[in-house]
Amino acid sequence: MNGPQDLGGQMGFGPVAPETNEPLFHADWESRALALTLAMGATREWNIDKSRHARESLPPAKYLSMSYYEIWISGLIELMVGQGLVTREEAASGKLAVPPKPVAGKLLAKDVAAVLAKGGPTSRTAITAPRFKPGDKVRTRNIHPTGHTRLPRYLRGHTGEIVRLHGAHVFPDTNAHGKGENPTALYTVKFPARDIWGEARHPRDTVAADLWEPYLEPA
Amino acid sequence: MPHDHDHDHAHGDDHHHGSELSPIALRVKALESLLVEKGYVEPEALDTLIETYETKIGPRNGARVVAKAWSDPKYKAWLLDDATAAIASLGYTGRQGEHMVTVENTPETHNLVVCTLCSCYPWSVLGLPPVWYKAPPYRSRAVIDPRGVLTEFGLMLPDDTAISVWDSTAEIRYLVLPMRPQGTEGWSEEKLSQLVTRDSMIGTGIALAPGALL
Repeated sequence: MNGPQDLGGQMGFGPVAPETNEPLFHADWESRALALTLAMGATREWNIDKSRHARESLPPAKYLSMSYYEIWISGLIELMVGQGLVTREEAASGKLAVPPKPVAGKLLAKDVAAVLAKGGPTSRTAITAPRFKPGDKVRTRNIHPTGHTRLPRYLRGHTGEIVRLHGAHVFPDTNAHGKGENPTALYTVKFPARDIWGEARHPRDTVAADLWEPYLEPA
Repeated sequence: MPHDHDHDHAHGDDHHHGSELSPIALRVKALESLLVEKGYVEPEALDTLIETYETKIGPRNGARVVAKAWSDPKYKAWLLDDATAAIASLGYTGRQGEHMVTVENTPETHNLVVCTLCSCYPWSVLGLPPVWYKAPPYRSRAVIDPRGVLTEFGLMLPDDTAISVWDSTAEIRYLVLPMRPQGTEGWSEEKLSQLVTRDSMIGTGIALAPGALL
């Protein structure tokens, strides 16, 4: 979706502000927000694509005014309300009003190390042969899906070169919407920066992104 | 940074001392108690998660990878060919590092990593991302004005150095292999790793000069 998360090339946000000796968390609630988000993933009520879509679906003005962990907590509440794990009133008050919904899993302290070490690989066995190979020229489609997509706006309708084939990976555009993983060939595609941003850029500057086959057509 | 993990007490907010919590801190606290009461969350698991990223998973992991690549040409070749396996061989695997690619800085090309769509970052080797990495100024400008962004980090590249920006739009996570500083011949991996900063592995910096350790 053309939401507030799709920031590449936007202007007006001011300079980057690196913080010297930045602490890992700026307040204890940030660490709890991170941990709650990770722990609730163990319920398997959603996947990473659906959780990203919950965050990018926040109203743009809110998204842009929130700190990142506020975005995470707001996204988490939307996911939990959407799945019937909590009601909006419960989330606001912290007071239990309806019984819990049975869920598929719960993260226990003793399992944290193993769960983090395992992670959530998204590579899958390919169902069809990849259409492109490294060296091929491809054009990104000019598409504007209203749902989740990982093709940024600034890269739509541009020609680039396949530099790496990663095999088949879970396709976020369907996985975010409960329409299956649809493993699809994933490529790193490299674009000349001048083609995207104009002549002011260094002639050898490039921008690369990891793009799924349905985003691409032969150039 | 010390943390109070006593669940009988409110989790302190650095900006609101004592019992006075900010609205967002209160909101997260209420949510945690609700999720514990519902049985979805074990509080000790939250403590363990936080402790893991505070003490075990951070940029020292990535620094060891870089130092080994600087010291061992065979390892470097493996790292550039199959970063996931080469990094896993040092024990760094898992969440937000499941699929790794390493990109090498050279005098001709400087690499810079960003996630314009969210905050994708190689947790297994760099830990949790800094605030600026997740914030709109960096995410919006790294792709359109990388030279301007690097200037804000105090990094001025030669005019003839090209910049390759890697926008992490999928589950592939990128580690920049910075150039080995001159004057470090014969250094041990352990000593070399001290020159490898977090920013040098994102591309917003370069490795420290040997004099930085004196």
